[in-house]
Amino acid sequence: MTAFICTRFAQSILVLFIMSLLVFGGVNLVGDPVEMLINPEADQAEVERVIRELGLDRPVTEQYWYFLVNAFKGDLGSSFIFGEPALKLIIQRMPATLELALFSLFISLIIAIPLGIYAGYKPDSRVSKVIMASSILGFSMPTFWVGIIFIMIFAVQLGWLPSTGRGEIGTFMGINSSLFTLNGLSHVFLPALNLALFKISSVIRLTRAGTREIILQDYITFARSKGISEKRIVLIHVLKNILIPIVTVVGLEFGSLIAFSTVTETVFAWPGMGKLIIDSIYNLDRPVIVAYLMIIVTFFVFLNLIVDILYTFLDPRVRIKGDHQ
Amino acid sequence: MSPKLRKFLEFCKDFSSNKVALVAFLIFLLILFVAIFAPLVSPTDPYDLNTVSIMNSRLPPFTEDFSGNYFLLGTDGAGRDMVSAIFYGLRVSLGVGVLSGIFALIIGSFFGISAAFFGGRYESLIMRIVDIQLSFPSILVALIILAAFGKGIEKTIIALILVQWAYYARTARSSALVEINKEYVDAARCLAFGNTRIMFKHILPNCMAPLIVVGTLQTAHAISLEATLSFLGLGLPITEPSLGLLIGNGFEYMYSGDFWISIFPGVALLITVASINLVGDHLRDMFNPRLH
Amino acid sequence: MKLINRLFIILISCLLSSLALAKDLTVGLKSEPSSIDPHYHNLGPNNAFATHIYGTLVGSDENQQHYPDLATSWKPINDTTWEFKLRKGVKFHDGSDFTADDVLFTAQRAQNVPKSPSGFGTYLKGKEFIKIDSHTIHIKTKKPYPLMPNDIMTVKIISKKNGEGATTADYNSGKAAIGTGPYKFVEWVPGDKIVLKANENYHGAGTGAPKYKNILFKPIKSGPARIAALLAKDVDFIDNVPPLNVAKMKKNPTIKLNSGSSNRVIYLHMDQFREDSPHITAIGGGKIKNPLMDVRVRKALSLAINRDAMVSKVMEGIAVKAGQLLPAGFHGVSDQMKPDPYDPEAAKKLLADAGYGNGFEMTIHGPNDRYINDAKIAEALAQMFSRIGIKAKVETMPKAVYFKRASRGGPNKSPEFSFMVLGWGAGSGEASSPLRALLHTYDKSIGMGRANRGRHSDPVVDKLIQKALGTVDSDARGKLLAEATEVAVGKNYGVIPIHYQMNTWAAKSSCSYTPRTDERTIATYLNCK
Repeated sequence: MTAFICTRFAQSILVLFIMSLLVFGGVNLVGDPVEMLINPEADQAEVERVIRELGLDRPVTEQYWYFLVNAFKGDLGSSFIFGEPALKLIIQRMPATLELALFSLFISLIIAIPLGIYAGYKPDSRVSKVIMASSILGFSMPTFWVGIIFIMIFAVQLGWLPSTGRGEIGTFMGINSSLFTLNGLSHVFLPALNLALFKISSVIRLTRAGTREIILQDYITFARSKGISEKRIVLIHVLKNILIPIVTVVGLEFGSLIAFSTVTETVFAWPGMGKLIIDSIYNLDRPVIVAYLMIIVTFFVFLNLIVDILYTFLDPRVRIKGDHQ
Repeated sequence: MSPKLRKFLEFCKDFSSNKVALVAFLIFLLILFVAIFAPLVSPTDPYDLNTVSIMNSRLPPFTEDFSGNYFLLGTDGAGRDMVSAIFYGLRVSLGVGVLSGIFALIIGSFFGISAAFFGGRYESLIMRIVDIQLSFPSILVALIILAAFGKGIEKTIIALILVQWAYYARTARSSALVEINKEYVDAARCLAFGNTRIMFKHILPNCMAPLIVVGTLQTAHAISLEATLSFLGLGLPITEPSLGLLIGNGFEYMYSGDFWISIFPGVALLITVASINLVGDHLRDMFNPRLH
Repeated sequence: MKLINRLFIILISCLLSSLALAKDLTVGLKSEPSSIDPHYHNLGPNNAFATHIYGTLVGSDENQQHYPDLATSWKPINDTTWEFKLRKGVKFHDGSDFTADDVLFTAQRAQNVPKSPSGFGTYLKGKEFIKIDSHTIHIKTKKPYPLMPNDIMTVKIISKKNGEGATTADYNSGKAAIGTGPYKFVEWVPGDKIVLKANENYHGAGTGAPKYKNILFKPIKSGPARIAALLAKDVDFIDNVPPLNVAKMKKNPTIKLNSGSSNRVIYLHMDQFREDSPHITAIGGGKIKNPLMDVRVRKALSLAINRDAMVSKVMEGIAVKAGQLLPAGFHGVSDQMKPDPYDPEAAKKLLADAGYGNGFEMTIHGPNDRYINDAKIAEALAQMFSRIGIKAKVETMPKAVYFKRASRGGPNKSPEFSFMVLGWGAGSGEASSPLRALLHTYDKSIGMGRANRGRHSDPVVDKLIQKALGTVDSDARGKLLAEATEVAVGKNYGVIPIHYQMNTWAAKSSCSYTPRTDERTIATYLNCK
């Protein structure tokens, strides 16, 4: 067991190391950040000073070594543009992204679970077929395009909701979030719905499959024979039994919601981490690109590690297989 | 009638039983045709600067210019005919999607089947890599590649291959594991055929069905992902506009009311991806009798 | 019930806060500054923003003309010394007095900001600052230096008391962000907002006292989104209105548009240093001697450009045809030079005279995210050149890649492209800026021709530019610069100017912005009824 965890941990570290090599090496091949940063009127001496100042006169291997050493001390380098620690910039933007992702998760569950249960409960009805067809459509629609359509309809044509940025920030129980003000909610609604779209489709399918399975179980038949109303069966028995697996799966996929928020944040100019990385790529802010990618890779690698370890506790078969290795 | 042909006809009949999937398939064939023969079916060559005129920029749909050119879907900011731009865009989008799908299929099935065939440490290594890769969202993998190495058509294709290969590898391995225990593999071994021959001449053809299902769905996903990346400005260069880039270019005109520049390429993308998805979905149902 | 109460409270507080903000201003900015530290990053958005908080010795008005800000007067007292008299009674935001010590401290600090991605050393090195008394300083140089006020104009004055030992982070947090400007710094949330409040004790020179109690800057990068925010009344004022939206917005009575030409010229660099230019071939792809070496070909290209169509169609009417490097009115421009007419017949004849009657093939390179409609400009040029028999391909790329390749992407760090679209804004507000950077012979050792990507070289031009840079008398210097332009652009076609960019600002209808030629967005230039 310990051996298994150790192996997995070592693998995670290896993955991180390879990633850092790949990302750092790659980023340093593209473009010339000095040309992007410097005032066109600056003379050659000034250009050379900036190159030295940013450490770009050193060989890439040396830069990488400094990066590794500093990363172990918790310093992922400073932004070329802002001159501030990249880590600080990313953490500053994190709340906006988290609140967008959480709100869109909430929207997708609220919308998708009832539809999914209905589609699983009455699989052959016309409405169910429409629901399932729309879910395929939902998979097929490119998120960014739907975002544009949303902006055009709800912001430009109807003028109901703002199309860009984050709203006012309120404080509730010591937490600062734009979800606590009306203005903030109106700003977050369109992007969150946009981000939720893909999730809605997948949760509908998940819920439908779960519902169909449960409907055929003995205890449902038993409940029916006891004369419990259909409404109660669906609300209590079905919902209770599918909720746990759905929430687990969706929770585990929360990371992908954060990754995909990059797109939504760009369309709606949402000041989160995703927009920061896209801006940084445009402006060749290498330290921020590297820091963002490393942070998010670390997040996923360790999330995966934890899930793996939990599974071994829950399912001994995995453990045996693991020990075989 | 040869048994192979009969089998194929049976498959066709089965497939056509679902009308939606059949229509989707026909639409897909039409799109494929347009994409392959874009230079022939497009009203104009949108990238020939001698014919495109800036004077025609941002004409709304159904207009005709002074020299009698008719623009069914209007023109974009540079005066390009939208119909032609969409046809050429389809070509790029489908090309990138299918090409990366084929490479990913080859790489993925090679590793998947060989993992199943050789087993042991090799298998655990490959499958560990596959697991790790699949734990990352596809867009993140693509983002890492393109952020680190810059944009460009070949880099986009590499990113899309990296995103997809693990799915093929996983599918190929699990079907190959079933096949390996069948008699014909033993027979081939008795005849002392080489490993490569057994893997790719005997096992691979029998794993094709599930691989094709994965392939269809993955191709749809790849097309959609490429569009997203190009929209973000990380995918294809502006000189080879795919549908994603066309949509992105149209975005800036949205607020001035020139909706067609962004909407129509989006509709084309939606139809393409949805038709492939519908076909793939149906194929999956057909090869997965458990669901029925 | 509780929920309803809560909602009610939120609603009321929203209403109240909107009432309190009545005298406030919200600005939608295209580019946010990368720092509050005025010496950290010498770039447009930073310099514009810093004007709100910090003063300079020499102010720069909407036409980049000088006015006394923290200095009341300045003059050369001998060939190598300038004297600046400082304004008395000026206080920093924290109440401390402004004196010569602050200037000396600023001059030291502005050249030595750690990690600065583009500093002020270019303007300050080689200048010795000497304190004469508490409100007089002398600046000494080795050689006569006529452009002293132009250089000094760029450097924001910080307070010695608050600035000693302060880092860029201290400015960003507000701890050290103490200036003499019309607004005080309150808060910066990068990517989200910057908040300023009025400085009631502003000394009042230049653009006058602050007009708003509080200013909120919101960075909104995308043009369409900025417009939407203005239309939705999320913001009162936006900058960088994309030209294609201008026509439609003009019809909207709730919006006031202000356009003004800028100091930025969009022009073409042509390879004039390689016999065998990498992106030029004969028709069909064969080798050909670089036609751009021949001045007749360069002139033909200029005549082939339909600048009227460029302005009206590509730029949607929001640009001005260019015949030289800076629009009329700036110091050192020539009053002789006019934009070349559109004359494809004459152009064809010139090509034939030069021996290229059959035309040739070339690739036009340009950025696609740097200047207004840059990719479209390149495409329109290709269309126009095709009319005189030059088959031009267009390759545009993001600025992140473009500038490196354009400056030194070729062998031995030489410029990679043959024919390229570029822009130049004269930060100093006079003609020496583009001349020395774009048309003086490339010479690293004396800091000349840094952006001369076509490597145009003419000793006559070099001599004129250098003579001008050493001429203290303003009129004489202006004449020399104009003459240099006439030779380098008018006679040699060292570069081909296309148009001057115009910038458009939009505000709610009760306000009006005075356009600035340096493209800066400064709230004090916005007047509201």
